[in-house]
Amino acid sequence: MIKAAEHLDHESGNGHGQAPEVHPVRVRILRQDVAGGESYWERYEVPHEPNMNVISVLQKIAALARTRDGRRVAPVAWDCSCLEEVCGSCTMLINGRTRMACSALVDKLLAEDPVEIEIRPMSKFPVVRDLVVDRRRLFRSLERVKAWVPVDDSYDHGPGPRISPEQQQDAYPLAECISCGCCLEACPQFTKIELSRGDAESEADFEARRRQAFDANFVGPHAISQAMLFNAHPTGGMIADERLEALTSKGGIQMCGNAQNCVAVCPKRIPLTRSIARAGRAATVWAIKKLFDR
Amino acid sequence: MSQPKILVVGGGLAGLAATMRLAELGVHVDLLSLVPVKRSHSVCAQGGINSVNTLTRQQGDTEWKHFDDTVYGGDFLQHQPPVKEMADWGPRIVDLMDRLGVPFNRTPEGFRDQRRFGGTLFKRTSFAGATTGQQLLYALDEQVRRREVEGMVAKYEFWDFLAPVLDDDGRCRGAVCQDLVTMEIRAFPADAVVLATGGNGLIYGRSTMSMVCNGSAVSRAYQAGAWYGNGEFIQVHPTAIPGADKLRLMSESARGEGGRVWVPRKPQDSRDPREIPEAERCYFLEERYPKYGNLVPRDIATREIFDICTNEGLSVEKDRLCVYLDLTHIPRETLDRKLGGILEIYEKFQGVDPRTVPMKIFPAVHYSMGGLWVDYERSSTGGMVEGSPRNQQTSIPGLYAIGECDYQYHGANRLGANSLLSCIFSGLFVAPSLVAARGAGAGGVDPARFFEAEVRRQDERHRQLLGRTAGNENPYDLHQQLGNLMTRVATVVRRNEQLVEAYDEVCSMAERWHRCAVSDTGNWTNQNVVFTKALGDMFPVAKLILKGALMRDECRGAHFKPQFAMPGIAATDPIAKREEAEQWCDRFEENTAKWLKSTIAVCGADGEPEISYQDVDTSLIPPRPRLYGLVGGEVIEEVWKERQAGRLDVNDQSSSLAAAVG
Repeated sequence: MIKAAEHLDHESGNGHGQAPEVHPVRVRILRQDVAGGESYWERYEVPHEPNMNVISVLQKIAALARTRDGRRVAPVAWDCSCLEEVCGSCTMLINGRTRMACSALVDKLLAEDPVEIEIRPMSKFPVVRDLVVDRRRLFRSLERVKAWVPVDDSYDHGPGPRISPEQQQDAYPLAECISCGCCLEACPQFTKIELSRGDAESEADFEARRRQAFDANFVGPHAISQAMLFNAHPTGGMIADERLEALTSKGGIQMCGNAQNCVAVCPKRIPLTRSIARAGRAATVWAIKKLFDR
Repeated sequence: MSQPKILVVGGGLAGLAATMRLAELGVHVDLLSLVPVKRSHSVCAQGGINSVNTLTRQQGDTEWKHFDDTVYGGDFLQHQPPVKEMADWGPRIVDLMDRLGVPFNRTPEGFRDQRRFGGTLFKRTSFAGATTGQQLLYALDEQVRRREVEGMVAKYEFWDFLAPVLDDDGRCRGAVCQDLVTMEIRAFPADAVVLATGGNGLIYGRSTMSMVCNGSAVSRAYQAGAWYGNGEFIQVHPTAIPGADKLRLMSESARGEGGRVWVPRKPQDSRDPREIPEAERCYFLEERYPKYGNLVPRDIATREIFDICTNEGLSVEKDRLCVYLDLTHIPRETLDRKLGGILEIYEKFQGVDPRTVPMKIFPAVHYSMGGLWVDYERSSTGGMVEGSPRNQQTSIPGLYAIGECDYQYHGANRLGANSLLSCIFSGLFVAPSLVAARGAGAGGVDPARFFEAEVRRQDERHRQLLGRTAGNENPYDLHQQLGNLMTRVATVVRRNEQLVEAYDEVCSMAERWHRCAVSDTGNWTNQNVVFTKALGDMFPVAKLILKGALMRDECRGAHFKPQFAMPGIAATDPIAKREEAEQWCDRFEENTAKWLKSTIAVCGADGEPEISYQDVDTSLIPPRPRLYGLVGGEVIEEVWKERQAGRLDVNDQSSSLAAAVG
């Protein structure tokens, strides 16, 4: 049925009629060689392509491994995986705004600033190298609020609880959180914790110290929202009190200053402030209940 | 000796399911992954997960029919007992995921809603919007996090699997892995190692797969002696969104919810698609496949889209091949509720709202049906013996493979929404097998010297790469060339003369790889050297794909060679038609006898694949012609059924059971 030897060649965009005159894309990247090291700017230039995103710019820079003035340098390090805004890996500060590099389209960025695109690593997490940051704290917050359904086991006990379409529609947006950390980057109450291991400190001791530091500080909007997601689930809600206990402990919801930056930068448009408001009310009720139960 | 433990490599659906179940069984797990497990490629799965459900059951559906659809859709290339076991587990797996809190879409009464997917006539697919893989993965990630807090699981994220460690008896005693931040290389002793490392789309350059799907772990196991099965079977998904960095998936659920594929009858009709009247549109899948319509199995939909663009010249655009995938007739609210996630992807990356304008899509490499050969123990009822240490074990004792990286469940073509099922199933099912296998390697010599030797070998390889700064090859450019070549010759249409040439070309690329210059010589988060290493490991797999494709002179599922195609019936006269159908069936039987075999690739001492063939266990459902939409298919089916009926008198009960449902 198929005669011609053709390829599955998705040459992106080149067929869209006459291409407008395009200049090379200029990029300025804030680099850092090692954790705790000095940071410095480097400038690059790559050919423009239609429909290009920041990831393809970084790919071209990696292949080039040269700065704009032709100096050979080590390729820029960055995190990415799915390239369709669902894995949460590639969060960066692009033109000063926290966002996912995969869905940051070059033409739109150039409309913001036609001269140059600026890329920096997130500022609220320790830099590992260049644009790679250590986001373990983000996942630790999910442990703090017990963001899971406490099932007995994984054996067969029939279906889960009946859920109305309204409940599902309410829960689903919260469940779409990709743990990218945009909300944390934008939150004034979430501040950077960067520790380094002492000379005489064992790995385990350092890990314990880091965990202590994480747990004493703001848990973050993403975790508050996850707590509300699981508290609203019929089985998840069976340990609602434990989550509220976590949310009213040190670094809990009381730290939220209601800046509402989180909801503004969330790439998945998760109603984070709604979750925070719900959590606030639930925490108040729970605190009063706790008072009377004493 | 330290306490017994299992090393799970890969934290997608399969790896997490195995980890969750193992921890529950009281076994300590080291879980190692290239990325934080929550970011694994399973998040990209969109459409849903298949199982028989209370509704379809009352419409006549059974686990057996799900099994039958899966092997028929897979062109009978998979061993049947594991597939039967998987279909039997389907309902309880979806129930389990429901209990874990997956926000499956609901009916007004609060039951799980289902939609139809390709290759079946039943609505078997449970879904959570259009991000079902993400939701299933998160549910398992949460359970594993819970076990991590309890101390049953230790995660090693941003680690790369470099090699299995084998003892003098050839048994796997652990693995050597590398920390991608500090670049430290060290051994992970384990009672068993499970690879759950997914597909290898990066061998094709751009595909629907994530950047971590480079297939390196599987390649390293293969180079250490593990057999590779059915490598030439690569699924090309019919509908993806073109992109410079990636070909983003547009889920089959778009068609499951009523999306229609069409092209203007007038080549490159320049009108706005919304202004082209119905009569001037060619809904080619619906016209050619009235029974399944837009939901024919993927290999067929892909070939048809390819064909209408390349041979009939009806691509929507002239310079860029694509067809319309149209959802605009479906109410906006329904689209948002059921397909929101994927429509947002299209909108974000293409800048066009697919709720009002038909999408432009084209096929893209999507899934590896092939993978590491794994064993199973057949039960007396035709399924698998639960807890047998043979289940999911590779040809290296103590080394297991689950999920997309095994070759077990999908044969020559995977049905949509079966991958999430096979990943979770193989993950859950392997756990008791691993517990049973635990004792097998214990005792005897201390494996320390094996670990030391392998760590030394990997250190040496790493150092050598770092020292290679003077070469004239750029690893990223070389990767692109490999991807372009593989996409050109080893996807939808395969031709022997091209495959022969491509094989030589890949051999020369593999040589050129030795001249790759590393532009980063540091020992801290050196992504450059890690990529170069992974690229080097793509060549052995690329070779086995090409050689397997070259040697397989037939058409089966995703493997299509026009030279060996079996066209439909040309005759119109009833007697001639009948005669032709008889000949067709003769030829089908001959082909089955010759080619219904698993391709097994073994890595030779020189790194070249040695290909052999193994019989497929088709004892439950006898292979029959795959006749979706074939011209004259009804006559062929008639002849075929008569032949089967003739055989029935002498055959055993299992085939009579099969004929009853066939």
